[in-house]
Amino acid sequence: MFQKKHRAGALAALAVSVALLATGCAVDSGSGSSEGDGGGDGDLSITFVPKNLGNPYFDTSSTGAKEAIEEFGGTFAEVGPAEATPDAQVSYINTLTQQGVGAMAVSANDPEAICDALNEARDAGVKVVTFDSDTNPDCRDLFINQATAEGIAKVQVDLIADQIGGAGEIAILSASANATNQNAWIATMEEYLASDYPDITLVDTVYGDDDDQTSFDKTAALLQTHPDLKGIISPTTVGIAAAARYLSTSEYKGKVALTGLGTPNQMREYVEDGTVTSFALWNPADLGYLASYAAKALIEGDITGEEGDSFDAGKLGEFEVGADGVVLLGDPFVFDADNIGDFDF
Amino acid sequence: MTATTTGTAAVRTYRDYDKPLWQRVLLTREMAIIALLAIVAVVASIAVRGFGQPITLTYLLLDVMPILLIALPMTLIIITGEIDLSVASIVGLASVLTGVLTRAGVPFEVAAIAAIVVGAVGGALNGFLVTVVGLPSLAVTIGTLALYRGLAIGLLGTTAVTDFPEFWTDLAQARVGNTNIPVVLFLFLVLLVVFTVLLHFTPFGRGIYAIGLASEAARFSGVRVERTKLILFVLSGTVSALAGIYYTLRYGNARGDNATGLELQVIAAVLLGGVSIFGGRGAIHGVIAGVLLIGVLASALRLANVTSDVINIITGVLLVLSVVASSFLAWLRKRRRAPGGTPRVEASTAG
Repeated sequence: MFQKKHRAGALAALAVSVALLATGCAVDSGSGSSEGDGGGDGDLSITFVPKNLGNPYFDTSSTGAKEAIEEFGGTFAEVGPAEATPDAQVSYINTLTQQGVGAMAVSANDPEAICDALNEARDAGVKVVTFDSDTNPDCRDLFINQATAEGIAKVQVDLIADQIGGAGEIAILSASANATNQNAWIATMEEYLASDYPDITLVDTVYGDDDDQTSFDKTAALLQTHPDLKGIISPTTVGIAAAARYLSTSEYKGKVALTGLGTPNQMREYVEDGTVTSFALWNPADLGYLASYAAKALIEGDITGEEGDSFDAGKLGEFEVGADGVVLLGDPFVFDADNIGDFDF
Repeated sequence: MTATTTGTAAVRTYRDYDKPLWQRVLLTREMAIIALLAIVAVVASIAVRGFGQPITLTYLLLDVMPILLIALPMTLIIITGEIDLSVASIVGLASVLTGVLTRAGVPFEVAAIAAIVVGAVGGALNGFLVTVVGLPSLAVTIGTLALYRGLAIGLLGTTAVTDFPEFWTDLAQARVGNTNIPVVLFLFLVLLVVFTVLLHFTPFGRGIYAIGLASEAARFSGVRVERTKLILFVLSGTVSALAGIYYTLRYGNARGDNATGLELQVIAAVLLGGVSIFGGRGAIHGVIAGVLLIGVLASALRLANVTSDVINIITGVLLVLSVVASSFLAWLRKRRRAPGGTPRVEASTAG
């Protein structure tokens, strides 16, 4: 009997300590969020659900979101899975439905798989904004689109034209030969070159298959084949980094211009050593900022997500909802030596 | 069992009989986990905003359903002293197979049955390698964990199949009438009855404990050790495939990486529920409580905006504590008995 009591006592102690451990965490965070609710009017609680946590791209978008939400006095939160899978995202979307947040901003890991969960949330009165990566249009109220094909094509042509003085031979280093996005952009670039820059000739388009080594070799071959080449456009983040790495160690550094779509962390050293003057991408911080204001407008009932609705987005100005409930962030953002230090993604 | 009790049967100091009935029922590890589950649930309802509402129960049950299902055969396997690490990969493989076949125009019901058959075959392969070839189950199922996951990802690549009949996807999330009880719970209850009867009320089930306690002794007393283990691995593969089909419907997608890492949650829940990793000890009701405890904790912590890595840390700490606690208690018991106590037969831990 004596021994049994001790065994039971030990089990009870274990039980209580684990329960305290668990609730200790819960109570901490619980009180944190209720304080936040007290600050705003309770409705403007907006939670971001990125594809996964610990991703520098989404850390940057959340920084912008937090800035916006602090401006209008709402409550910012960010939750998400550790791995970028749709099933893991569903649990978090369900949790937000239970919490009854004002709105959630989601970057979807799958256009279809999280639909049911999002629609349940909307039935429960939660506004749903997608950003960066969309779902089917009938699963969300608004999609904040980072850039259009036209915008992406145009900014890269304008950048290279500016860097080579509006005349000369250029080439394109793309991803794979059947990449849908890149091919659409290249077609648009060709049209835009023909209409606005008749003195620039596109002499070659090569494919680096979004592989670092292949892109590196193709860059070398391109420069051998076309000795008069003045510039390269690489509309893929892998390609532009590989091309920059080749140029920075070759005799062509500073003589052949390079631009395209890249991320600041990949390109920082090449901008700083003068290999690359400027390149483009959208600004994730602005994307999060705009998504927050769009969520606010939905919560307050200023807009319903219909085409033609317009809302105010703080420092970014006034935005209008396009077809299928899409809001366009605007032209891609140009990174150069002056501003690259402000970004970390 | 007779082999282990012959020495002490006459004096009746055997642990199971030297206490009043209420103590034997209540002062068990299973009851401790059930009590812990109750405490955590009550505290979460009070402390975590939004946990107390009925919808929580629905999401909770839908979320833990694959773990609940697979925990049933896993309990039996671990009681025999073996382990099956390939369950999550079979979930993924069954999910992908259902998706690929449905996309190819096969009716969903046929595709699902094919996936369950493949799951059973996958389980049978594990069982064959463990019992006939005689390899340790840990090594075998680590291999098939990689093999089945590789097949799943190879079949679909990085794409996903998301087009399934609405009737079935709705059914996977449907609730009974106006209540918050998911329909799929009944599938689980049926399997629960089957496995409970199998483990606790049949000679086959007694054989499972006997194998876990002493494989050789069980063999000599007439338990067909190899056949029992083979059946358990086939059951494990079949139920995992069933869970894979549920998983596919619940999340509306078949992907190669579905349910990656689920085996750890299943095994954690089973061990937490009082099943000994060394075999021979455990009960179904403790395992159910273990699964629900992990589910309730994860749900409450998510509601409290705790990030996923912290949830993993807490689940891990809980698991380590539960394994350490049982060893620690055994050690404590031994120490207290040693000085001056009546000499005890070591087999008394064999309850």
